[in-house]
This record gives sequence, structure tokens and C-alpha cells, in this order.
Amino acid sequence: MVFVDSYPKTSKLVRRQFIVAFVALGIGALFGIVQALHRTGVFRGFVSSADYYTILTGHGVLLALVFTTFFIAGLFGWAVTNSLERELPQAVAWWSFRLMLFGSVLATVAILGGVLGAPTVLGQDLSADVLFTFYAPLQAHPLFYVGAALLIVGSWGAGLAYFKSLWEWRAENPDERIPLQTFMVVTTMLMWYISTIGVAVEVVVFLIPWSLGLIDQVDPLLTRTLFWYFGHPVVYFWLMPAYLVWYTILPKLAGGRLFSDPLARVVFVLFLLLSTPVGFHHQYVDPGIPAGFKTIAMTNTMFLLLPSLLTAFTVVASVEHGARQHGATGYVSWLRELPWDKPAFTGCMLAGLMFAAGGFSGMINAGMNINYLIHNTLWVPGHFHLTVGTAFALTAMAISYWLVPQLTGKRLRRRSVAVAQPYVWFIGMALMSNAMHRAGLAGIPRRTAEPTYDEFAFQSATGSVGEMRLQIAIGGTLLFVGAAMFLFVMAETWLAHRGGTLSVNSAIPEPLSGPEHSPRLLDNYKLWTAIALALIVIAYGPPLVSMVADGITTPGSPPFPV
Amino acid sequence: MQVHSFEKVWLGAALLLIVGFIATVTYGTAGAGVKMVDDSGGEIDPEAVKSGDTGTGFDDPGVVRQNDSHYVVYVVAQQFQFVPGSGDNPIRIPADTRVTFRVTSADVMHGFSITETNINTMVIPGQVADITAKFDEPGTYGLVCHEYCGAGHHAMGGSVEVVPKSEYEYNGTEVQN
Repeated sequence: MVFVDSYPKTSKLVRRQFIVAFVALGIGALFGIVQALHRTGVFRGFVSSADYYTILTGHGVLLALVFTTFFIAGLFGWAVTNSLERELPQAVAWWSFRLMLFGSVLATVAILGGVLGAPTVLGQDLSADVLFTFYAPLQAHPLFYVGAALLIVGSWGAGLAYFKSLWEWRAENPDERIPLQTFMVVTTMLMWYISTIGVAVEVVVFLIPWSLGLIDQVDPLLTRTLFWYFGHPVVYFWLMPAYLVWYTILPKLAGGRLFSDPLARVVFVLFLLLSTPVGFHHQYVDPGIPAGFKTIAMTNTMFLLLPSLLTAFTVVASVEHGARQHGATGYVSWLRELPWDKPAFTGCMLAGLMFAAGGFSGMINAGMNINYLIHNTLWVPGHFHLTVGTAFALTAMAISYWLVPQLTGKRLRRRSVAVAQPYVWFIGMALMSNAMHRAGLAGIPRRTAEPTYDEFAFQSATGSVGEMRLQIAIGGTLLFVGAAMFLFVMAETWLAHRGGTLSVNSAIPEPLSGPEHSPRLLDNYKLWTAIALALIVIAYGPPLVSMVADGITTPGSPPFPV
Repeated sequence: MQVHSFEKVWLGAALLLIVGFIATVTYGTAGAGVKMVDDSGGEIDPEAVKSGDTGTGFDDPGVVRQNDSHYVVYVVAQQFQFVPGSGDNPIRIPADTRVTFRVTSADVMHGFSITETNINTMVIPGQVADITAKFDEPGTYGLVCHEYCGAGHHAMGGSVEVVPKSEYEYNGTEVQN
């Protein structure tokens, strides 16, 4: 049975979520190439340098929030339905989808208002050139903050649908272990609930009333801290779904099975515990925060390497097992026996490979003292284009080649384009990201329309600044081409007629070491949530208390509309 | 719980790597003396900074000599310049001398980064960032605002001129200690 025929209701919802995700991806990618050409000085005819920041805001919000959240909601809906073998509770799931969509549209309209000359709406200029991080006291139109809040509240509803599904399943299967995919989804959503509290408080308590003029000022350091309380865990909200794909689907695509189910569960529990109390590592060079709290965040961040390092082992071991099932031998030559002509497999593998590189630059970022060298330089976007922009985005695109046929009942069209697409993305990202990392070491800042100054010129240790610019422009162009190729394959597949049988199905093979080898304690969500909260209180309690001790809006800044 | 032998080896190596990283950072602080930007600069009212009414060195920003071996530089970052630093008003300081940069913002969030050095801090309204450094090599260094601060952000740069100690002429306000 094809997934769409077994679960027609959930399939319809997931298809809707994917369409929103893909539209956001298309617009975000378009903004991406505009930026790549503008900041490198190759072509500045699309927008003025002042409007560059509107495009940059749109790129960040549409890709890092809208594309990711909708795609994850769809992927998780499929995973829970597939592993618990029951349709999602429809009412909750659809309401959450509508709320997320409404919020995303509001935020997008507020951003696009900036390109359309900021017309007056509700007595304020309709613009939101505040970037993905929306640091106060730069102020956006209230619709932007309301939209962002609704998107997040909507995602909470999506999580509720997964929990309800699990509770119903539990009532019928009291003695069984939670299936691995559902375990991963629920652990990720618990982490998401805990971490989004920060941004919810920031937006609802401070920024919305402030943008409506109900309060005069906000404390920039406090709101920034609340943002980063959420701003690093959100990275794991992007990564854990990619891990779900790598752990549960990739081994099957390689012709094998997962190496160890218990270790996969341990990895996800570690993410639940350690993802949130690390946010201060984004504030290593902030004044107003004692060095001791930065050290606690640094230690937690370093231990957060552990689940990712374990993942590297388990995923590679599972894929190797798959290759050996098909007769491969040798220490390295088994790599040749893998199905490199399957776009879903290739995309996941290339994404994983790039994630290894991104992991290494992340270890540098986490180093409290060497962070001085690269903080807010182009190194940082170089890093997260490997993690979010490749580990997550390329995995999402790759697994769509496998998942969308099952959600629509239609065979993948334009297969040759799909086979080439992950390689185009990989090459584009290799060029762009390596040049960004090196430019960062030369001190060239991020988030700027024109990285050249009247007072001085940048010196580079290796290669020239001009050559780095060229690499970024060519890489950015290839990435845009890669996104367009993906959307083309999706559109052709989606619009085709059903016919013939599918070569893919949603059955997941049993792992080599099954859940029976893992202690039941791992399924004790209450315990893990309690420990996670305790760690957060240790990392965030004292600094937050000291920030609000002199009044929650002091020292405060009045708004600066942009 | 079943953990395979290769997994155990990998787990041990991963933990060793993590502890090693933490040890190098700790050495950087304790041994090499890399000090983090912290809360020692204290708080300040950003609106008072804007109107030049703080009663501190930020009201007339510039270089202040504490003594022969220590200078303090007050810098106000605002849309879209550093005062001093930007345009034809570079920050001039002596080489081989302890220099403390005290930086704050008169409006929104900015960045303060001196190229080819590890002097790098966020400039947050309401907070004062204190960074102490010593420049061995005379020359002109670039100064960058690395946090988006509005539509003219890309124009916000500046420079730091480090002059050999023997040639340095102090023409700022007199010693304030």
C-alpha cells in the first residue's frame, strides 16, 4: 500500500505543508542570489544597498523559519503516522497549519512592504528590515512580530497533534516501546516547546506592546538574551529532523538497516537535555554578561558535540552495513557500492558530508576565546550555510524525492535532473562556504550590503579578496540553480497523473540492535524534561535575574524605526 | 543496554576531544590571559549618551591618558559612525602601551571590531563594553561595525592609527585620575 492510500487525510495535510515550504524555498532562494550578487559587487541592479537588508530579512525568515518549520511539520506528520500506523488527529493538525500559514503570510507581507516603499498600514510604515534576529531597538511593523508569534504558536499545535496520536496509541499498546520515529519526533517537539518559550516571551511580552506604542522602551540586552535562548536550540530543531531521516530512512536507501536503535534514542535525549542551556555562546562578546555564565554555556556547548559525533558513527556504520549487504568489501572501497544514482540517497550523503565540515567550523565558534576572531564575520554565515543550508535543506530536498511520490501516489518525474541536483548544490555550497569562511578570517563582516570601506582595505592571508568574492557569487548562483532544479522536479511530479506502481514505500527495516536492548528509562519523558529544565535554570537563572533586577525594561531604549 | 565495542571506542574518543577543547579554552583564559568581554563596563542610559549628558567620558568621546602606560579610549557608536574612529577622525593611540577601549551606543545595536586583532565586541544600548589591549605593531588598522544597524550600516567603518610610542603626542584632555 502506498502511504497516500493508507492515510489519505494525513497525506493531504503533509502535501499542503510541503507546498508552503517549497514556495518559501523558492522566494528565499531568489532573495539569496540577489544578495550573493549584490554584496560581492558583481551586480547591484536589483535593489539599492538600503533595500538589501529587506531582501536579507526575507531570505532569513523565509528559509530559516517558514521553509524549515513547514517542512518539519510535514515530515514529522508523516513519521508519526507511519510509525504509529494511525492518521493524525485532524482537527488540531489542520488548525495548527492554518495558524502557521496565517502568521507566515503576515510576517512576509510586513517584510515585502519594505521593497514596495513601506506604505502606511495601521498608522505605521509597513516594513520589517530587522533581519532574522530582529534585535531591538531596531523596530519592525507590529504585523511582523504578530506573524512570527503566530507561526510559533501554530507549530506548538502541530506538536500537540503528534502527542495526541502517541497518547491514543499508548492506550492501545501499553506495553510496547515507542516506535523510534515517533520517539524522535516527540523528543524534538519537547525541546522545541522548552526553547520557544524564550522567543515567545520576547515577542509577546516586550516587542508587540512596544511596537504598538503601549510601552516606551525595552531592554536591548534582555530581549537579545531571550532571542538567543531560542536562537541556538532552533538550530537543533532544524537538525534533529535531518537526523531522523539519516537514522531511519538513509540506511534503508543504502540497502541496509539502522545499526543501533538504543544509541539513536540516547542521542535524541542528549539533544533534549543540552540544546537550550547553550544560547550564551552567541553572546560571548556581549558586554553586560559575566564571563562565568559564558563559561557555563561554553562547557554545555562542547558537550553538545557528543550526540552529533555519535550520530556520525551510527549513520556511517549503518550505511556501510547496507553496502556490505550487497557484497561490498574493503576498508574504503565499499563506498563505491552505494546507490549514488538515487537522488534521495546522494542528497542525504552529501548533506552529511558537508555537515561534518560545518561541525568543525562550529567547534571553532564554540571556543570562547577564538570566537573573538570570527564573531559576526562572514565566517558565521559560511558555517550555518553548511549546517542549516546544507545538512537540513539538502536533506529535506533529497528526502522529498523519496517522500513526495508516496504522498501523491505519483512517480518521480525528471529523474535525471533530480540525480544531478544534489551535486549542483554541493559544488555551489563548497565554493560559497569555503570563501565565506576565509573572508571571515580576514575580518570581513557579515550582514552588510557593501563590505568595502573608505578608511581602509581588508588584507587576506590566503588568496585575494576579489577571488573570494567571485567564489561567493558563483557558488550563490549555483545554489539558486540547485533550488530551481529541485522545484522543477517537484512541480513536474506534483502535476503529473497517477499511473504505474511506485518503486518506493514507507516501510522501515528493523535495526540491527532493536529497542529491546535499550533501558525503558529512555522513554521517560517527564524525567528528561525535568532535567532539561533544571539545566536551563542553572545556565539562565542568575543572569536573567540580574538583567531584570533593575526593572524589566531598564536600561531601556526607545524604538528606532528602520 | 547494548553498546557495541566500536561504539565504546568512538564514545571515549569523542569525550576526550570535548574535554580537550574545554581544556584549551580554559588554558586561554588562565594561561594565555585571554579575557572575555563581561559586565565590568557597567550600565548607562542610552538616551543620555545621545544627548551627551552622562557625566562620563562618553560626553566628549576620545583618548584619555590615565598615566604613561595606560590610555582609555571612549567611543560612541551611532547610526552610522564611530566617534572617534570614522572618516577623518581616526582613533590615534600609542604602540606598546595598555589601551582600554570603552564603547557604548547612542541608539541601536552595533559591532566594534578592529581588523587583524582579536578586539571584537557587540555594542549594546545601555551597556558599556570594556576591552583592554596592547598593540605591538604601529600602523593603520580597520574598524568595522559588524552588526546590522540600519539602512546605512555598510557605510559604518573607521580606522585606528597606532603610532610608535616615541612619536605619540597626547593632545586630549588632561589626566583624569
